Amino acid sequence: MSELMMHRGIALHRIGAMILRYWYLLMSSWPRLLELLYWPALQVITWGFLQIYIAQNAGFFARAGGTLIGAVILWDILFRGQLGFSISFLEEMWARNLGNLMMSPLKPIEFLLALMVMSLIRLAIGVVPMTGLALFLFHFNFYGLGLPLIAFFCNLIFTSWSVGIFVSGLVLRNGLGAESIVWTLMFALMPLACIYYPVSVLPRWLQYVAWSLPPTYVFEGMRSLLIDGVFRGDLMLAALAINAVLLVASFAAFLALLRSARLHGSLLGGGE
Amino acid sequence: MAQNDAAPPPSSAADPAGSAAIEVARLTKVYKTTRAVDDISFQIARGSITGLLGGNGAGKTTTIAMIMGLVLPTSGRVQVLGHAMPDGAADVLGRMNFESPYVDMPMRLTVRQNLTIFGRLYAVQHLRERIAQLAADLDLDEFLDRPNGKLSAGQKTRVALAKALINQPELLLLDEPTASLDPDTADWVRAHLETYSKTHAATILLASHNMFEVERLCDRIIIMKRGRIEDDDSPDRIMARYNRATLEEVFLDVARGRVNETAP
Repeated sequence: MSELMMHRGIALHRIGAMILRYWYLLMSSWPRLLELLYWPALQVITWGFLQIYIAQNAGFFARAGGTLIGAVILWDILFRGQLGFSISFLEEMWARNLGNLMMSPLKPIEFLLALMVMSLIRLAIGVVPMTGLALFLFHFNFYGLGLPLIAFFCNLIFTSWSVGIFVSGLVLRNGLGAESIVWTLMFALMPLACIYYPVSVLPRWLQYVAWSLPPTYVFEGMRSLLIDGVFRGDLMLAALAINAVLLVASFAAFLALLRSARLHGSLLGGGE
Repeated sequence: MAQNDAAPPPSSAADPAGSAAIEVARLTKVYKTTRAVDDISFQIARGSITGLLGGNGAGKTTTIAMIMGLVLPTSGRVQVLGHAMPDGAADVLGRMNFESPYVDMPMRLTVRQNLTIFGRLYAVQHLRERIAQLAADLDLDEFLDRPNGKLSAGQKTRVALAKALINQPELLLLDEPTASLDPDTADWVRAHLETYSKTHAATILLASHNMFEVERLCDRIIIMKRGRIEDDDSPDRIMARYNRATLEEVFLDVARGRVNETAP
């Protein structure tokens, strides 16, 4: 009750202030900018050459041009989306600025909305050049996926925000000792989301787990589009429905963890 | 340095009439087996400067954190500017502010950028002018465009104070406001706080180890020890009661259990 009472209403000027705060930070630090570009570029180059090799040696993949490199780019949207969200949050912990924010009129929902916008900005800085590289080096036009790309993107970014919100709550509650979860949790989803292989590869019981994750629908949808030329709207709608549940659940978890942090005095320290 | 901070404070029309700035009733905070704050009650009148005194672990920071809503009490209640905390936080957080050694301003951002962001968070009108005024009042002009991380301890404290005053708060909570400052800067900060309180009729609650500071600034002192209130009165009356010439001596008496009161 009390957490919800504190969070009623949203003010755009406060969300804007937080976006400005992260923008200033990003523009003041070239290593931060470089990091945004470096990993996506490395990923696309590595996997792009692998795809060329496989395509030259396997008939199936020769027909399924772009599935690997497309999967790499979509995976990066998912992973970098969450990282972009969580790193902006961690910047406050590293700067010991969280107390200032929590004591200001900024509401948690506004803070989270600002982090979502920042994850989009950081993603754009990293992924847009990555798609350019894919086109230049491997002749794979990511935007050639057409309108379905919007559905893929939205579903992946919603999942990345859900994970980002939940992980931020964990760090808020447990301090920087929980920081490693930010970097590792998404990798736990990697084998289950069936990024580079179809769901049918998994044992039957594990397929149920895989289908509970929205990214699985996206990667299946991408393969369907690239291999069979069919856009599976049903998969996208199912992913959207699961994402809606995940977003609400992650926000509820964040509020619960915030309350727990207030109870345990974690907001005062925020250290290890 | 100019002390030209005379704009009127924001309206407090939404408050219940005649309420104290802070009301704390039977407040207790237990961390596992430690009673950090143990059943304390007090009221702070509007426009007053009150010092929260006590040794390390006395419960000062936890008390201030509960007043701010950063820590939830185990039991008891807190009202700030007439609103119950933390439920009423949305109604009061824009009208108060704080400074603490437990928080920093982002180091890579310049002083101006930091103040701009906090000004926007607090919806400060005419922000550019407000920052210029604070820069003049707190002598920040010289390093307004320097990253916060490149400042000396004294400069950082002045910036933190500028952030705490950006919204011209009616209530200012300060935790060790002059810790790690040289005597000259510390004296200057105290003078500024004194002026701000007078010109804005602002309420200040400050936790400090510095007895001279408390003696100079505060109308009233609350002495805490092991989470409880040991004494609560004006500095003069407390010194008279303990038969001591300075608050430092009173503090040592309380800290070492040599309580020698001449009056109840």
